[in-house]
Amino acid sequence: MAERVLMKGNEAIAEAAIRAGCRHYFGYPITPQTEIAAYMAKRMPKIGGVFLQAESEIASINMVYGAAAAGMRVMTSSSSPGISLKSEGLSYIAGSDVPAFVVNVQRGGPGLGGIQPSQSDYFQATKGGGHGDYRMIVLAPASVQEMASLTVKGFNLADKYRMTAMILADGTIGQMMEPISFEDVEVETYDKPWALTGTGMKREHNIVNSLYLKPDELERTNFQRYEKYRTVEESEALWEEYLMEDAEICVTAFGIAARVAKNAVAAARAEGIKAGLIRPITLWPFPKAALRRAADQVKAFVSVELNMGQMIEDIRLATECRRPVSLCNRTGGMIPSPDQVLSSIQAAAGCRDGRLSEGQMTSPAQKGGN
Amino acid sequence: MATVFQKPHALTDAALHYCPGCPHGIIHRLVAEAIDSLGIEGRTIGVAPVGCAVMAYDYFRCDMMEAAHGRAPASATGIKRCRPDCIVFTYQGDGDLASIGMAETVHAAARNENITVIFVNNAIYGMTGGQMAPTSLPGQVTQTSPYGRDVTHCGWPIRVCELLSTLEGPEYVARVAVNSVKNVKAAGKAIEKAFRNQVENKGFSLVEVVSACPTNWGMTPQKALEWVESDMIPYYPLGVYKDRTAAKEAEAK
Repeated sequence: MAERVLMKGNEAIAEAAIRAGCRHYFGYPITPQTEIAAYMAKRMPKIGGVFLQAESEIASINMVYGAAAAGMRVMTSSSSPGISLKSEGLSYIAGSDVPAFVVNVQRGGPGLGGIQPSQSDYFQATKGGGHGDYRMIVLAPASVQEMASLTVKGFNLADKYRMTAMILADGTIGQMMEPISFEDVEVETYDKPWALTGTGMKREHNIVNSLYLKPDELERTNFQRYEKYRTVEESEALWEEYLMEDAEICVTAFGIAARVAKNAVAAARAEGIKAGLIRPITLWPFPKAALRRAADQVKAFVSVELNMGQMIEDIRLATECRRPVSLCNRTGGMIPSPDQVLSSIQAAAGCRDGRLSEGQMTSPAQKGGN
Repeated sequence: MATVFQKPHALTDAALHYCPGCPHGIIHRLVAEAIDSLGIEGRTIGVAPVGCAVMAYDYFRCDMMEAAHGRAPASATGIKRCRPDCIVFTYQGDGDLASIGMAETVHAAARNENITVIFVNNAIYGMTGGQMAPTSLPGQVTQTSPYGRDVTHCGWPIRVCELLSTLEGPEYVARVAVNSVKNVKAAGKAIEKAFRNQVENKGFSLVEVVSACPTNWGMTPQKALEWVESDMIPYYPLGVYKDRTAAKEAEAK
């Protein structure tokens, strides 16, 4: 059996990145992800790597861009307001088709928001954030173990598809400690003939660039990139199903919200309600097929989120609105209790005509909070 | 027949897109000559800016990257830290380096990042059609200062070399011009030194090249070069603002 160690989620990401071959980290301090930078600052100089604290999030993502263009496994990490600043660079990285690994340990927003856990950057991560047509692979760990294994997977996928892989975690998983092992995901390596290495006077020069002034060239590049994205959508979606075999109510949740939702599903089962859980592990590509199948089976969906309702839009799209989808949410750093989720499941189960009225939707205001 | 003059190897055969009379061609050539003379083309990686030189990646034969606006020193840092054996240079204009990218410029200099920065100061945004730059002179008429740059409204032009030379970090900071044969020759020497410093691991070297923009200044190329002499250079005096190695050697004597 693999050796297990007790680690914080943020540290698990840092250690897993090193094991995945990342030797270059560029970042800027922000709560609640600073343990990643601290870990890298300690370890990188001892293993021949580079830790550099940049002057800003903008500089750090552009250092990542340079290092990625040079063909290196490289990463940065930040939290919500910092990811907004990095979004310019993420667009350039996408437009240049270089691989990068980025971590967002989310905190509440908008604006400076707060420093408590949140999932309110779902739209930013899965729908863009920066300008232009582009996608990122978005991985949503729900445990410290997944912080580690999805980090290795993220580096593999980034290199495989020459795109950004982002860990979309939150302050809770970043800060909590659990026993984990580092051996469950194999490190893959990919050739990078496009990288900037110096020509050695042996080949034509490589150019890493996102500028296409001729509209037909830019259009062609965008179409080609979306071919690649289609391959990712077809082959890389990941999700977990829990008690879905005979479920009539499907709870959907990712990250830390899924841990709460799982308890609520078990409690609903104890009350005789046939509830199940679909937990998207990749938020992009979104596990549409699993949800489409569930829509054939269940009466209603309950989306549990630490935001004002973001993933719920993808649930509705994937299920083509064939079943009612209600929202069970907290925001601003608040986390729903299993009881709140259970109430939402009960409300969904009590829905006779297959349509939930607005009054049946669960929100902390209507329930008086926890 | 003996060859007495030829294009530097480090330049490709691509036709430059610059306007007639634009000194970018001269400055590209000086950079390429430095790369040739140091024999470093095969291990050089250049970073192009956003601005008139945005397509410099097509003109230099070494590996090239096109950075985001103002971020070339950050991207160059990423490359250099990964590939310390490569020679990494940025080629940036005044808007890119001294306005939107000022933080990246100052901090790369403060870190003594072992890169070479070629900073082309022509006191105007050329690519976007002639707006006021951080280095536009007091009273200078541009598209966004149509009544002349009013320093009580939008502040004073920034002297980048003087500013950077107050930092402990950088190895070499110098200002040159390309408005005369004599100045072009001196510019070539400074640019070569800025590359040699990197080869010798001495650290951050920046050469500010006072240049001209006949198109957006609304002048003939000849008149523009005269304006460099009469108006630009008095505000931006040429010279070496910092040379750590030379200072140390002078101290030792």
